[in-house]
Amino acid sequence: MGKSDMPNKSIVERLGGQKVIVLLVVMVLFAFFCIASPNFRQYSTVLSILDYSYYIALMAIGVTFPLITGGVDLSIGTGLICYSLVGGYLVVHKGCPTIVGILVAVAFGVAIGLLNGALVALMNLPPFMATLCTCMITRGLGALIVNRLGISWPTSGTEGSWFRDIFKTTIGDIKVPLGFLWVVLLVALMAFVLNHTPIGRYAIAIGSNKEAVALSGINVRFYHTMAYVISGLFAGLAAVAYSAVFSTVQPGTGAGFELEAIGGAIIGGVSATGGAGSVEGSLLGVFVICLLKTGLPYVGLQANWQQIITGLVLIGAVLVDILKKKRSGELRAA
Amino acid sequence: MGEVILTMKDIDKTFPGVHALDHVNFEVRKGEVHALMGENGAGKSTLMKVLTGIYAKDSGTITYEGKEVSFHNTREAQDAGIVIVHQELNMVGHLTVAQNIYIGREFRKGIRIDDKKMNEEAAKLFDRLRIHIDPTETMSSLTVGKQQMCEIAKAISRDAKVIIFDEPSAALTEAEIEELFKIIRDLREQQVGIVYISHRMDEIKVITDRVTVMRDGAYVGTLITKDCSKEDIINMMVGRVIYEDPKACSAVPPDAPVVLRVEHLNAGRMVQNVSFELHKGEILGFSGLMGAGRTETARAIFGADPKESGDIYINGKKVEINSPQDAVRNGIGYLSEDRKQFGIVVQKTVAENSTLANLGNFMRGLFINKRKEAQVAQQYVDSLATKTPSVEQLVVNLSGGNQQKVVIAKWLVKDCEILIFDEPTRGIDVGAKNEIYKLMNRLAAEGKSIIMISSEMTEILRMSDRVLVMCEGKKTGELDIQEATQETIMTLATREISI
Repeated sequence: MGKSDMPNKSIVERLGGQKVIVLLVVMVLFAFFCIASPNFRQYSTVLSILDYSYYIALMAIGVTFPLITGGVDLSIGTGLICYSLVGGYLVVHKGCPTIVGILVAVAFGVAIGLLNGALVALMNLPPFMATLCTCMITRGLGALIVNRLGISWPTSGTEGSWFRDIFKTTIGDIKVPLGFLWVVLLVALMAFVLNHTPIGRYAIAIGSNKEAVALSGINVRFYHTMAYVISGLFAGLAAVAYSAVFSTVQPGTGAGFELEAIGGAIIGGVSATGGAGSVEGSLLGVFVICLLKTGLPYVGLQANWQQIITGLVLIGAVLVDILKKKRSGELRAA
Repeated sequence: MGEVILTMKDIDKTFPGVHALDHVNFEVRKGEVHALMGENGAGKSTLMKVLTGIYAKDSGTITYEGKEVSFHNTREAQDAGIVIVHQELNMVGHLTVAQNIYIGREFRKGIRIDDKKMNEEAAKLFDRLRIHIDPTETMSSLTVGKQQMCEIAKAISRDAKVIIFDEPSAALTEAEIEELFKIIRDLREQQVGIVYISHRMDEIKVITDRVTVMRDGAYVGTLITKDCSKEDIINMMVGRVIYEDPKACSAVPPDAPVVLRVEHLNAGRMVQNVSFELHKGEILGFSGLMGAGRTETARAIFGADPKESGDIYINGKKVEINSPQDAVRNGIGYLSEDRKQFGIVVQKTVAENSTLANLGNFMRGLFINKRKEAQVAQQYVDSLATKTPSVEQLVVNLSGGNQQKVVIAKWLVKDCEILIFDEPTRGIDVGAKNEIYKLMNRLAAEGKSIIMISSEMTEILRMSDRVLVMCEGKKTGELDIQEATQETIMTLATREISI
């Protein structure tokens, strides 16, 4: 009770809910930084924001799935560095072609995703614990394999550096952020997977009422695992994007990347308790974080402020989620 | 009644420490409604779980459509045509009605799920069942009753040959129960075998053809419904006769002081201008159909939900109650209809739960005085006759009736003068029910004042000194127990509903 038969849909909800608000936030933030700082409103700044956004956006697309099942994947940040190190090691030190390094990095991501899925869906470890463990494992493993040395994937202009052009290519004199196109296409693909295929449908259902899904005769373990495999796959793709954008990959880093991706997804409307969310929203949320990260230094606020402000924005996003639930009667005052 | 479609013979199942099913026999014929009855823990649900493959049986045979079968999971049972409508709602709140009905067997167009076709098929299904629900509505936005209807539609959509209804009416309004019965009669007409599990004796008499009774995991017997009386069934269930007469007259002296006075309470659509008085030592029954606003009224009084306007007086003094803390401070205790969610902390011990609302009195400096806590808890375990091996037992291991007693103990420890019981015997078996009734009468006799919200007419008539009836968020009348009958109450409870 306390639920009404006819939910009063506001204009915002009809237009796509939180996504619209987040899109507005992105535009307002961008406009604000453009007005506040002449240095910000330059093409090179836009390029650098996009460069920094690819790997976070890819992680966010993937982690949207575990989040929607009511879980989380903390291993994507350190995992990303680990996959990039392993792939780069093969290319730089073992003379493998670049494509092999890329495929190994992505495959490694899928493997860790499978491991996460097995721990969560088959062995019933809490997702937080399971992925915290694989987070630590990948962090150590990456450093171990490269013997604690940084890896530099082939730099632009050298042989085997074609993969860098996938993300940023030069046409005439203009640098074109091609990576943005790939991110948008992948968002469209995964939005389709989430909304129109069993993998997505059951991820939402598991996050909403796992017991009911099991009683419907659905292979819950398989679909629950798939959410983590998708997260691992996109961490692998993020590793490729990271390798392409940055000159050197340092072992031991990567912790904290996952928080930007998860934060972006939550800002973009993924419910912190599972069951609701969208891939498009997660992408928009990532842009909020990336704009803050890049833009705040331009208005004289140092990097630490970005973290504080991102934290505050996240609290706001989670509060919005709770308010929505309270209104729809899912939560009652205890 | 047609030929036998399902026979369960000598089914035996042991869980560690419990002989859950002791060589049970059960059969279902085509086109019959077969009631399965027994107290909680009698083994009804376990038997149905063995049938649908959720549990594996230790021994015995299941014959279905002439062949011996053994299902390994619900999917296999469903595919064979045996489906169960669960007691708890098994709905995915974030998905739409149609997505829920076809979950696990979605229509496909390539790799894509064909939502359009699912909506069309669901609409056809609802048409056939004469239910008015929009298939594209999000499940969590429906009322509990409508969600239950969707659950039933889901079972029917599987072309089932045997449908098991596990307490389907618990959350339905009278009108919805009528709808349900219409659907069940249609299914019977179509030669579907129906198992109907319910505690409500009136329904059993109305809708079923045969009754099988279980007790303590064992098969007691099977009766033809129209040839037996309620008492026959109850005697088989409990092995003793139960007193079910209504209260003859109010036990409260006419000059008993007013303990609680509520004036013009408003809280949303469900609580509109409600006023009433509660006397010392009185049991005031709150009657009405589901969704009449009884629980909402109680929650508003208790400060659990915000109120828009209205005054509350306790012992003649006006009090401000804006949160449950305020209510507890003013001596009001609330026993929620959903014990597990709001009433108790199941993973804590009996002792810890008993002192939860009044921990301040059990502190020694910064620490909890465990010995005093255990002593007091034991005292209430004794006086309420709570069946628990010790006060250190986790509450989750107790039966529903004994959990309810722990919640009562919690508010008694806090020394509450006003107790609000919201559906105090829901999900509690017949034997334990009587103990709760006795306890409530004793508390009233000791001078506690009780508001009892109940959807069971017999409970209202048996327990109340006075009955307040609500409908659609408004109070529609107050009856002294002497003038209260099923008819007078029902008339008030449906007054606001225009048909």
